[in-house]
Amino acid sequence: MHGPAALQLTTDGRLRHLLTTEGLPKSLIIELLDTAETFLSSQGQPVKKVPLLRGKTVVNLFFENSTRTRTTFDIAAHRLSADVVTLDIRTSSASKGETLFDTLKNLEAMQADLFVVRHSAGGAPFFIADRVTPNIAVINAGDGTHAHPTQALLDLMTIRKNKGDPAQLSVAIIGDLKHSRVARSLIHGLRGMGCPDIRAIGPGTLLPGDLEHLAVRTFHRIDDGLKDVDVVVLLRLQKERMTAALLPSEREFFNLYGMTESRLQLTKDNAIVMHPGPINRGVEIANEVADGQQAVILDQVTNGIAIRMAVMAMTLSTQQDEQS
Amino acid sequence: MREIRSQKETEAALVNLIGQVKETYLDEQPLVVGIHTGGAWIASRICEQLHWDEPATLDISLYRDDFETSGLKRSGITDRMPKQLNGERILLVDDVLFTGRTIRAAINVLFDYGRAGRIDLGVLFDRGGRELPIEPNFLGESLGEDGVGRCKLSGPEPLALMIPDSE
Repeated sequence: MHGPAALQLTTDGRLRHLLTTEGLPKSLIIELLDTAETFLSSQGQPVKKVPLLRGKTVVNLFFENSTRTRTTFDIAAHRLSADVVTLDIRTSSASKGETLFDTLKNLEAMQADLFVVRHSAGGAPFFIADRVTPNIAVINAGDGTHAHPTQALLDLMTIRKNKGDPAQLSVAIIGDLKHSRVARSLIHGLRGMGCPDIRAIGPGTLLPGDLEHLAVRTFHRIDDGLKDVDVVVLLRLQKERMTAALLPSEREFFNLYGMTESRLQLTKDNAIVMHPGPINRGVEIANEVADGQQAVILDQVTNGIAIRMAVMAMTLSTQQDEQS
Repeated sequence: MREIRSQKETEAALVNLIGQVKETYLDEQPLVVGIHTGGAWIASRICEQLHWDEPATLDISLYRDDFETSGLKRSGITDRMPKQLNGERILLVDDVLFTGRTIRAAINVLFDYGRAGRIDLGVLFDRGGRELPIEPNFLGESLGEDGVGRCKLSGPEPLALMIPDSE
């Protein structure tokens, strides 16, 4: 294996960094999900903190603002007993003219063990993973419109917990797939797990051109796309895209693609409705669906902590082995 | 894998262990907690035999003390533990007792559930080699201080004590 996907694995195929779900072997995805289940069970304890990563230092490198994702990584690291430092790079080094490379070298000199990287430019976490000293693990917490692997893994975990093996399921992703790293990573993850039926539903302006190469079927009419699916994944309509005249209005979007109770009837019985959050009620999703029995949106949040704990523990575990 | 205690011998050790447990908990059923995975099998057998409720299972992989040298070794999930311990009497069950480090980790997990009233330890086989001041209250069979080396319970049906090939 070459390129980005190879960078995140050791020569014997274990997880060294987590950069993308593209090309991530099924066995590793399953190991990550199983490990997350272990962590999920520890989250039911009155004391939720486990001592596994005591003495390790996790540095959150957020070049792009994200309160929610950063918070879940913070909680995950704290619950593993790691020390967490958050650097808001936008307001520090970069604005003083320091290059990314020099910022990295400085953080290495502070004996960090793990970098959680969020960046508005696709590929930044790969750049970092390629250049850090071998004893540091890198986790991609979202890079541009490229990838968001921990979100994809928590989605896979939620799907597997609720509906079973993705290899037996039909999954529809609705909305702005074109600008969504969540959708891209989930599609790669679903493919990795052998999902036979992945559908993309949205207006032509919001669907990327390469879906056919990924064996994703596209639908412009939601009623066609939802027929008999097991899983519905909604995406946040990014309001900033409105200005680019890709969409007429939020109301129009809701009329054409919003998830309503009557549309939910088209899916299989007991299909689940997912959303990476934050949800826009009345835009992507109707109130009665968001608050309904079939929505698993808050499960996704809970599973997200467990997945991030699993990714941290597994990548740092590999670092330990590499050194010994 | 080489067998060092046959199914018959292992069952005999289990009968011995269950006998001691029964004698102690005459009219009070403790909260039985089996350490994943071998301990959970033994815990189930104890509860089945004594007509007690299904045991809780405990995963101790997040509390091990060898992450620095061995990395993450995931074993299973914690299940059926009460939300909060509050003075309960606990019977902690494992298959093979060696250094005592697993039991130390398991006790730490239990403490993160609250305050147990009393914790007893029941193990099927003791192979000696203790590195911590931990001893079983109930024991199926002692394999002697010089012991048998590394061994592993195979199961859940049939139960037998084996030496793994790769060790």
